[in-house]
Amino acid sequence: MARFVLKRLLYMLVTLFIITSFTFFLMKLLPGSPFNNEEKLTDQQKFILNEKYGLNDPVPVQYFNYMSNLAKGDLGVSFQYDNRPVSTMITERIGPSAVLGIEATIIGTIIGLILGIAAALKHNTSIDYLSSLIAVLGISIPSFVFAGVLQYYVGVKLEWLPVALWDGPKYHVLPALSLSVFVIATVARFMRTEMLEVLGQDYITTAKSKGLSNLVVIWKHTIRNAMIPVVTILGPLAINLITGTLIIEKIFAVPGLGFQFVSSIQLNDYPVIMATTIFYSVCFIIVILIVDILYGVIDPRIRVAGGKG
Amino acid sequence: MKNILELKNVNVSFHTFAGEVKAVRGVNLHLEKGESLAIVGESGSGKSVTSKSIMRLLPEKTSEIKEGEILFEGRDLTKISNREMEKIRGSEISMIFQDPMTSLNPTMTVGKQIMEGLRKHQNLSKSEAKERAVNLLKLVGIPNPELRISEYPHQFSGGMRQRVVIAIALACNPKVLIADEPTTALDVTIQAQILDLMRDLQQKTGTAIILITHDLGVVANLSQRVAVMYGGTIVETGTTDEVFYNPKHPYTWGLLSSMPKLNSGDKELMAIPGTPPNLLNPPKGCPFAARCPYAMQVCVDHMPDVTDVTSTHKSACWLLDERAPQVEPPEAALVGGAR
Repeated sequence: MARFVLKRLLYMLVTLFIITSFTFFLMKLLPGSPFNNEEKLTDQQKFILNEKYGLNDPVPVQYFNYMSNLAKGDLGVSFQYDNRPVSTMITERIGPSAVLGIEATIIGTIIGLILGIAAALKHNTSIDYLSSLIAVLGISIPSFVFAGVLQYYVGVKLEWLPVALWDGPKYHVLPALSLSVFVIATVARFMRTEMLEVLGQDYITTAKSKGLSNLVVIWKHTIRNAMIPVVTILGPLAINLITGTLIIEKIFAVPGLGFQFVSSIQLNDYPVIMATTIFYSVCFIIVILIVDILYGVIDPRIRVAGGKG
Repeated sequence: MKNILELKNVNVSFHTFAGEVKAVRGVNLHLEKGESLAIVGESGSGKSVTSKSIMRLLPEKTSEIKEGEILFEGRDLTKISNREMEKIRGSEISMIFQDPMTSLNPTMTVGKQIMEGLRKHQNLSKSEAKERAVNLLKLVGIPNPELRISEYPHQFSGGMRQRVVIAIALACNPKVLIADEPTTALDVTIQAQILDLMRDLQQKTGTAIILITHDLGVVANLSQRVAVMYGGTIVETGTTDEVFYNPKHPYTWGLLSSMPKLNSGDKELMAIPGTPPNLLNPPKGCPFAARCPYAMQVCVDHMPDVTDVTSTHKSACWLLDERAPQVEPPEAALVGGAR
């Protein structure tokens, strides 16, 4: 197991190097410079600024400098926000985004699993149809619509929960809920299909023929086997949430990372773009790694293949 | 009463979009303590449905035991509650399935799968159940049972998995074991091993076996009595010798004729022409009439009564009626009986 993780971490470094390089050159292909948008900068002032940040060097030299700084763990400073270190900018902003993402994943997975399992067990009944309806709505209606509806009814009309801002647990409920709708829908749909598939398997008949009660058959034999494929989609789903909070963050005025990322691209704030990309990539790779490990925990066939490797 | 299991006029139907499919129509069977009964027939003849209805393992929503009694030690299994049925399943009556590759849970160790039934039915502690599971694996001939007990099904070969399935079925010393085509999915050499094992185990444990198969060779190997099923009904039943050496029903003749023989040389294998009846709309007469070379008008119009050939040998065919013409079975069927 340790060897498996170590091997994966090595791959992770290679992947990160490639992503960083690609992003760097793609970013340089973008038109404009960090200081074009500033009002009334003379050409000389711009030249001095460019010189200060090493932007007058040829791109390969800039690339080499950036990568060697990165290797030392230096992510650089923001061009736009008074030379603040990019690492602090990210650590300050990541909290709300991560919390929101995790909350939405947990809520979404739990409700999704329950809906999916219920739908499969009550196949072709009104419970099944209701669950399918929720799934279709959740997938086809964008999260910001739910956000608006929740804000209006729960926040403004009923005044149960705050409409926006980020100031304690009460403020988490609405954005996390609106984010989780997509997760609920995806997980429910997936789980339903997998449950139906597993329920038709021969080993379920074997389990029943042992005289186990329905509850035990479903809990110990069906759900675990149905979960295996569902775990694989959880990783990408979680990532979508962490990165996809942008709109929700904006609607609920949550001071998160997504909002900062987009504005940095608009402003050509190179170090922030690079650092945020690297940060997201690391998150993504780690989540995929965790999913792979989880997959092995649930499915012994994979554990053996990985364990001997 | 010697009969441990008795089926009286059992009718099973499936409700489909096309209508009611009468898969089993008036089956009468009995199983004595410790004996081995084979149910033979082609695909769709209702043999698996009959066995699953004994275990009440048919899909609840789409199937129904319309009529009849399934008496296990005098208790009608069609009438008892689900909870009581759970107590019987796996402990009194258990089942072996056709395909060992799919009938074990891939995410649970073999040991746990054997122990589950033991712990439920016999209230054993974990260590007692484990000890028993090791012994069971030893009994079914799996080497290194202490190690293999904590392995997963994918680490076993097909034949070894079927041994595990048998161990699961035998875990609680059931009085009746239903084996639904236990060797169909296995290699021929492994088939022989599994059959040997089952015969051996039957002698050791005294479990009564219902063997469901379409392989007459397997029947000859393992069973004392045979019931031949066709179109959801039993057309002939008797001791293995009676059915093999003195078959009375033209369908049994067909079955025996279509078995390959060692001395048949280059002769083409016999086949029964035609297809089995559609049980969505079963014929009112004999189900085999449409394919039977000896069919008379009465066969099409009326279901034949069961005629006793001997006290153990019964056949449902109009040819056995005293008014029917005398018909001799084809030679191929007789040679087939001679093995």
